[in-house]
Amino acid sequence: MSGSLAKMMRSDAGKGLTLVSPTLIYALLLLAAPLASIVLLSFWTQLATVAGQAQFDRTLQLSNYREALTDPLYRALMLRSLRISGMVMLVTVVLAFPVAYFISFHVRPDRKSLWLFLITIPFWTSYLIRVFLWRVILAYDGPVNSGLLALGVIDEPLGWILYNANSVVITLAHAYAPFAILPIFVALEKIDRSLLEAARDLGESKAMTFLRVTLPLAMPGVLAAVLIVFIPTIGDYVTPQLVGGSGGTMIANNIHAQIFALNDRPMGATLAVLAMLIVAMVLLWGIARARFWLWLMDRAGGGFAGIGLALAVAVAEITVIRVAFSQGPALIGAGASVIALLLVATALSAFILWRLPKGRWGI
Amino acid sequence: MRLNLLAIFAAVYLLVLYAPIVLLPLFAFNDGTVIAFPLRGFTTQWFAALLDTPALHQATFNSLVIAVSTAIFATILGLFAARAATRYGFPAKAGIIGFIMLPLVLPEVIVAISLLIVLMQLGLNSGTWSIIAGHTLICTPFAIAILQGSFANMDRSLEEAAVDLGETAWSTFRLITLPLVSPGIIASLLICFTISLDEFIIAFFLSGNEPTLPVYLWGQLRFPARLPVVMALGTILVILSVLLLVVAETFRRRGLKRAGLKDTGGFL
Amino acid sequence: MSQKTPIVTLTGVQKYYGDYHALRGITAEIGQGEFFSLLGPSGCGKTTLLRSIAGFEDLSEGQLLLDGRDMEGVPPNKRPTNMVFQSYAIFPHMNVAENVGFGLRRSSMSTEEKRRAVGEALEMVGLGKFGARAAHALSGGQRQRVALARALIMKPKVLLLDEPLSALDKKMREVMQVELIRLQREVGITFILVTHDQEEALVMSDRIAVMFEGEIAQLADPETLYRRPNSRRVAEFIGMMNFLPATVLPTGPGGGRVALEVAGLGRAELETAQCPGGAAIGEAEIGLRPESLTVLYEGQSAEGGREAEGTVREVVYYGDMTYYDILIDGAPSPVRVSMRNMPGRRVLDFGARARLAWDPRAMVLFC
Ligand SMILES: Nc1ncnc2c1ncn2[C@@H]1O[C@H](COP(=O)(O)OP(=O)(O)OP(=O)(O)O)[C@@H](O)[C@H]1O
Ligand SMILES: [Mg+2]
Repeated sequence: MSGSLAKMMRSDAGKGLTLVSPTLIYALLLLAAPLASIVLLSFWTQLATVAGQAQFDRTLQLSNYREALTDPLYRALMLRSLRISGMVMLVTVVLAFPVAYFISFHVRPDRKSLWLFLITIPFWTSYLIRVFLWRVILAYDGPVNSGLLALGVIDEPLGWILYNANSVVITLAHAYAPFAILPIFVALEKIDRSLLEAARDLGESKAMTFLRVTLPLAMPGVLAAVLIVFIPTIGDYVTPQLVGGSGGTMIANNIHAQIFALNDRPMGATLAVLAMLIVAMVLLWGIARARFWLWLMDRAGGGFAGIGLALAVAVAEITVIRVAFSQGPALIGAGASVIALLLVATALSAFILWRLPKGRWGI
Repeated sequence: MRLNLLAIFAAVYLLVLYAPIVLLPLFAFNDGTVIAFPLRGFTTQWFAALLDTPALHQATFNSLVIAVSTAIFATILGLFAARAATRYGFPAKAGIIGFIMLPLVLPEVIVAISLLIVLMQLGLNSGTWSIIAGHTLICTPFAIAILQGSFANMDRSLEEAAVDLGETAWSTFRLITLPLVSPGIIASLLICFTISLDEFIIAFFLSGNEPTLPVYLWGQLRFPARLPVVMALGTILVILSVLLLVVAETFRRRGLKRAGLKDTGGFL
Repeated sequence: MSQKTPIVTLTGVQKYYGDYHALRGITAEIGQGEFFSLLGPSGCGKTTLLRSIAGFEDLSEGQLLLDGRDMEGVPPNKRPTNMVFQSYAIFPHMNVAENVGFGLRRSSMSTEEKRRAVGEALEMVGLGKFGARAAHALSGGQRQRVALARALIMKPKVLLLDEPLSALDKKMREVMQVELIRLQREVGITFILVTHDQEEALVMSDRIAVMFEGEIAQLADPETLYRRPNSRRVAEFIGMMNFLPATVLPTGPGGGRVALEVAGLGRAELETAQCPGGAAIGEAEIGLRPESLTVLYEGQSAEGGREAEGTVREVVYYGDMTYYDILIDGAPSPVRVSMRNMPGRRVLDFGARARLAWDPRAMVLFC
């Protein structure tokens, strides 16, 4: 018995597990256990604060979730967070792709790491100060407005670029730029250049070569960029607080308020858990839809006709969801409509991911 | 033509990326109390003001303690995991490593609030040590990513050769592995130090009454009169970060060179 | 062969990479249906020339005609050529059939016709049942066949192959050599093959251009190239050759013949065809292939009394053959002689004396 244990310890598996165990135990203690405890706490209810000590009703109940999903304030907050993160992700990835493409395809090989270095430097400098400076840049009398005024592009300073969701999107997109560029760059670098030559040799134009070869092969990088930007931005605190004004607050700001100002820890925990759940569902949904649209596109022959069809279906779907979201509460109640929508979306996503094989786009 | 458009786009992109950092020193040396254009004149008074702000010194000290501890702990934990991941196969490897890397994508506010709530429920006071614990958690994935690169770059037969020549497992690690990985270790220490020094959310949630530098800064942002000083402090921080990064990058490249490999790109 | 109508015409083609002069005035005509090889050492510009024909490199100077049409400014996708890449360049995100059918997207065929064409192309390269196979689940030989089918389905006027066999093991390489020859006969398309393997070039080609440092050193059919290399460089690159110092005598026999005094061998008379590089009076060199020297055994004698004697300095036994290095009396360095091993024929020992027969008709003169 002890012999076989000793043998196990000497095997690769045993050595590997032993070696990884300190790090693993640390992560279990400081990540898994705390995460589990906020899930637990989210089912408790805050009673009162007596002499600075919080009192809880420790029976497990869904009242926090009910409140979070039905109260229009929370609903608006979560929707806004999602919308801002989605916009940030879109802006960041769309702007990052050409830059990553430029570095990978048009920069001399020995200059590439310099470019990457230049792009990562701003990311490593004080986040707080960078965000604060955006407040200065976008201010009523800031460089953007004064510049545009001086150029005669506008007649009076733009009010809509500070203290609202737009400024949050601009600032976060700026902060997460390198996170989007790097994975896309890596995916592009991995593409064997002779594949592109082969496509040209087989009669495709540059544009079609890009669509049929470069883009599908870069897709894993784009997906990584989407994840890496979307997930952390939804929990950002500093940017909404500094440049968001009242119309740009996000989940993290509310979590902070729940805990420090309102002293309602269970509600804070509930919002945190909901944020994670929603992110997971939205991502699952997004990936499933992307796989479905790309599959449709391939079905329709891959070319511009396919793109058109996929786009049409995507627009139709999104319209249906918007209508369901705006009309649902009136028809079947706020909580029920949210839950129904989430369940249907998740079930549909799971079904697609299960039935459709991973396509040639690597999604 | 296409190339030109792309190049122009990339150049503009880079310019916008640097816009805030370029503004920073402008305001830091500006002889005016409002952070706005037009600039008034040159002064170093804001830097001088930094010197007689004891609260700032205390916060800086806290931050340094936290950053140094974090760098050491995260790099050690990273060494274990990176070594295990590159050298051995074990059950549920992808799951375990994936879980350890999770803080890389998890919103920091989630880490912060869950740690805070646990501390509160346990009736413990948060403070410097809890920030170190939290920072170690989020820095470990970065350490692993860097160290995994160094371990993977190392030719495994080098270690086998040492064992073949009679060295023990430990002396092989000391004589062969460590020297080859040491540039990676230094890079990891520097990166973790930089991340911890700049981290705000976890520190903000957990700092209690021992603010770190970013938490102190955050407090100052509310007082318009203090802003020029903040700009001066920011300038110093930016210069420090860039210096640290250049050093880390140099070590990383040296490590690649030592392993006889070509450079393939940045840190992440 | 060269009488066929030219499909590729290269005139004074120059290529610079910055300061580096990669192609230095290439002029050649390649005929319709010809199997043409570019042979040369690494870095001599074979790939550059092939990629210039395909349209991936712009010519710095000179002219390229494909089927009589000037290709200046014509992008690769508009040229009547297709290429089999050295790495095969199989699209990793598509299966075998999708790879082979890649270039058909723009054709006017119906979906059904396209499917049939893909099937036929796969059949032709012996991959009939592999259409649904993922690209990454293919062996080297299979990838090579997919690349071939993918290019041939486009019915190019010229098929360009960049070292298509270099990634294969020896056995597979021999199989694919035969396969390529068969395919080329079957489809009748002009093949231009790049290789640095002289044996491969000799086996497969109708004509071979031997390149050194961006220039064509000799362009000829395999037999001429082997028997009458026009320079010592070409001779050394193709097979094994012995070189002996010689003097071209001023008192030639006339009638287009040249008289020589060869070190260790004595007087010889050569035809002008044996002097592809010309014959100037004075110091020169002759070349002799190992198989055109023969070891004489007891009782044998050479025709015309062309014999020489020497000492065996090295014996390399190969089973079916034996190679001897023999230092002929009066020659400055040993010559290599290859002898087929036969029953009753003794293998000579190191240090033994040996008599050699030589034939002046097998000699080539280099000035
Ligand atoms: N894009 C380029 N930029 C600069 N020099 C190049 C480039 N491509 C090729 N060269 C140089 O041109 C010369 C010829 O290269 P080429 O690839 O044609 O050689 P090759 O005959 O195909 O050699 P190999 O047998 O090794 O493939 C080489 O010295 C190479 O270094
Ligand atoms: Mg080549």
